[in-house]
Amino acid sequence: MTGADTLLTCRTSSTAAHIGVGISGQEGMQAVLSSDYSFAQFRYLQRLLLVHGRWSYLRMCKFLQYFFYKNFTFTFVHFWYAFFCGFSAQTVYDEWFITLYNMVYTALPVLGMSLFDQDVNDRWSSQYPQLYTPGQLNLYFSKKMFVRCMLHSCYSSLILFFIPWAAMQDTVRDDGKDIADYQSFALLAQTCLLIVMSVQLCLDTFYWTAVNQFFVWGSLAAYFAITLTMYSNGMFLIFTSYFPFIGTARNSLTQPNVWLTIFLTSLLCILPVVAFRFIVLQLRPTINDKVRHKLRKEALPAPAPRRPPTRRISTRRSGYAFSHAQGYGDLVTSRRFLLKRPLRSRPALFSQTDSPLAQNQPQHYRTIAEEQEDAQSP
Amino acid sequence: MMASSYTAKEEDGHITVSGPGALRSRKPENTAFKQQRLPAWQPILTAGTVLPAFFIIGLLFIPIGIGLFVTSNNIKEFEIDYTGVDASSPCFNCSQSFSWNSSRPCTCSIPFYLEQPYESNVYVYYGLSNFYQNHRRYVKSRDDSQLNGDPKSLMEPSKECEPYAFHENKPIAPCGAIANSMFNDTLELFYNDPNGTKVQILLNTTGIAWWTDKHVKFGNPGGNRTTKPINWRRPVFDLDADEGNNGFINEDFIVWMRTAALPTFRKLYRIINKKSGMVPTLPRGNYSLEVVYNYPVRSFEGRKRMILSTISWMGGKNPFLGIAYITVGSVCFFLGVVLLLIHHKCGNRNNNADISN
Repeated sequence: MTGADTLLTCRTSSTAAHIGVGISGQEGMQAVLSSDYSFAQFRYLQRLLLVHGRWSYLRMCKFLQYFFYKNFTFTFVHFWYAFFCGFSAQTVYDEWFITLYNMVYTALPVLGMSLFDQDVNDRWSSQYPQLYTPGQLNLYFSKKMFVRCMLHSCYSSLILFFIPWAAMQDTVRDDGKDIADYQSFALLAQTCLLIVMSVQLCLDTFYWTAVNQFFVWGSLAAYFAITLTMYSNGMFLIFTSYFPFIGTARNSLTQPNVWLTIFLTSLLCILPVVAFRFIVLQLRPTINDKVRHKLRKEALPAPAPRRPPTRRISTRRSGYAFSHAQGYGDLVTSRRFLLKRPLRSRPALFSQTDSPLAQNQPQHYRTIAEEQEDAQSP
Repeated sequence: MMASSYTAKEEDGHITVSGPGALRSRKPENTAFKQQRLPAWQPILTAGTVLPAFFIIGLLFIPIGIGLFVTSNNIKEFEIDYTGVDASSPCFNCSQSFSWNSSRPCTCSIPFYLEQPYESNVYVYYGLSNFYQNHRRYVKSRDDSQLNGDPKSLMEPSKECEPYAFHENKPIAPCGAIANSMFNDTLELFYNDPNGTKVQILLNTTGIAWWTDKHVKFGNPGGNRTTKPINWRRPVFDLDADEGNNGFINEDFIVWMRTAALPTFRKLYRIINKKSGMVPTLPRGNYSLEVVYNYPVRSFEGRKRMILSTISWMGGKNPFLGIAYITVGSVCFFLGVVLLLIHHKCGNRNNNADISN
C-alpha cells in the first residue's frame, strides 16, 4: 500500500489480512507508519513473502508444536502418577526441576530453533515459490495438528511414566539398598523426560548452526551440572530444608539398570516419531522434502538478477498527506477488480501450472521494470 | 521540477541518517549472522541413516535383553505374606487382637521351605502393600533440619510436621507422620537342622541405609528434652544399644524415612552375610520365620510380607527390563525390515525431482 489514503485501508483490512505492508515512496510515509512491515520498493515483497514470511511461519509453527508437546507430556505424567499416589497431587518430579524445566533446561534450545531454523535457504526459497503453499493451506499448525500433538504427548507420557514404574517395581541397587524410593524415582523420571525432549528438539531442528548445537548440548549439560550441585552435600548443609534430595544422584545414577531404563524410555519415545516421519517421507514427500533432498546434491542457484537502478529525474517526497473520504480500501480488499470469476475458496498463490514449462522448471519472476518518471513531473 | 538531493543509496530505499559526523546507513550489516546465512548442518532423514539405525538398535537390544532376562532369572527370591488374613494363617490371631498399649507383644511363627540353596549375601526385606508412602501430605510431614541434628529444630519442629509436632507440650523427636508410622515388626529367621535343632540365622543390622543418608543427611543432636512419637513404644534414643546405630542415625529408621515411590514397596531389613568357603549362606531345608507382630495393616487392607533375595549387578529380581529390551529389539528389527520394503518400493518419489504442485 502506498499513500495516505491507504492508511485507513491498512487499519481496516488488518482483520482480514495477516500483515499490512507499506511501501515508502512518492505518496509519503503514512503507509509506512501504519503498517507491520515497510520497505522502499515493490520488488522487495517477493523476498518478504517467499523467504522471510515462509521462514517465520515455519518457525512459529514448529515452536508452538514443540512447546505444546513438551508441556503436555510433562503434565500428563502427573496425571498417570495420580493413580498410584492416592490422587493426592504428589508431583512426580523434584520441585526444583519443575521450576527450572521451562526456564532453564528447555528454554534456550527452543529459542535457538525459533530464531535460526530454515528448511531451505533464501536462494532456493525464491527459486521455488511453490514452497509457500503450506503457509496458505495452514498445513503446519491447525486444529488437526494440535490434536495430533496432544496424542503424541499422551503416548510419550505413558512411556515416560510406565516404563520407569515397571522397571522400579520391587527393584533395589546392586548392593541391596533402596532405589525404588520417591527421590530416585523422581530423578529417573525427570532425566528420561529431559532427554526425550532434547532428542525431539533435535529431530525438529532442520538447520543446525553452532548456536543451536551450543544451546542443546549446553542445556543438557546444565541439567546434569545443576542437578548434581543441588543434590550435593554442600547445598544440603547450607540450605537444609530446600535441598532434601541429597545423595540421590550419587546413589541412583551409578546403577546400570537406571541407565538402561533411561535408554529404553528414550528410544521408545523417539523411534516411532522417526519411523513415522520416514514413512511419510517415502510415501508422500511434500515439495519441501523434495527441495531439501535436491539441495543436498545440487549447487546453490544463482541469485536473481538485479537490474541496476535507473536514475530518476526527480523525486518528490511530501511530508504529509490527508484524505477527505474513506478512500478505496473497501474496493481493494473486496478484490472485485482482480478476479473475473466469483471467489469460492482462497486460491493458491501460484496455481497456473498448465504451461509445460512450469512442470519441470523453477519459476522465474521478472522484477517489475521501473518506468521513466517523466510523466509524473508536475 | 524540484531538484532534491538524493544519492544512489537512497534509491534502494536505504534511509541514510546524517548526524553529526559521517553519513550512517541504516542498512543492516551483511554478516552471516544478521543475514541468516550461518554455516549449518542440515540433516534429513534418508534411508542410509534411518534403516541402519533401526537394524543396529534391533541387533543391540536383543542380546542386552537376553542378558538381563537371564540375570534376573538367576536371582533367587522367596516371599512370605505374613499379614494373617486367612483364619488358617499362624498370624491370624495377632492381626485380629491388636491394641497399641498391649504390654505383651504378639508373636507368630511361620514355617517355610527353601527349595534351592542361596549363595553369597542374602538380603532380608520387609514389603508392604497398599501403603501410600507417596501421598503428598505424608511426604511433606518431616523436618529435615531436625533429623540433621540442628538443636533449634529439635525443640521447634517445623509446621510441616503438624499434627505430629508437639505432644503434651513437648516437641516430638522425630516429628512428622513418616516417623510416626515407622515399621516396628521384628523378624527373625531360624533354620531347622536335619537333626532337629533350631539354629538362629545371624542377621546384620548395619549397612542397610545409604551412606549419604547415614553420614550426611541424618545426625544426632544433643539434649534429651523431647518426647517420642505417639505410636512408638520406645523413644528414639533407645532404638539400639549400639551407639553408632542409635538415635536419628538408626539405620532402620533411616531406611523407613526414605519414602517409597509406589504403594507396593519393599525395604531392606537385614543382611545375611555370606559364609566363608563353599558353604551356601542358606542351604536347602526347613526354616521358620518368627514375627513379633506390632504393625497393624488390616485396617487399610494392607499386606505385609518378608522377602529373601540374592542380588546381581542389575539389582533384585525384575524380569521387566529383560523382556522389554527383547520386545523392543524385535519390534525395531521388524520395523526396519518393513521400512526397507517401503523404501524399496516407493523410495524414488523423492528423487524424481519434478517439483510441481
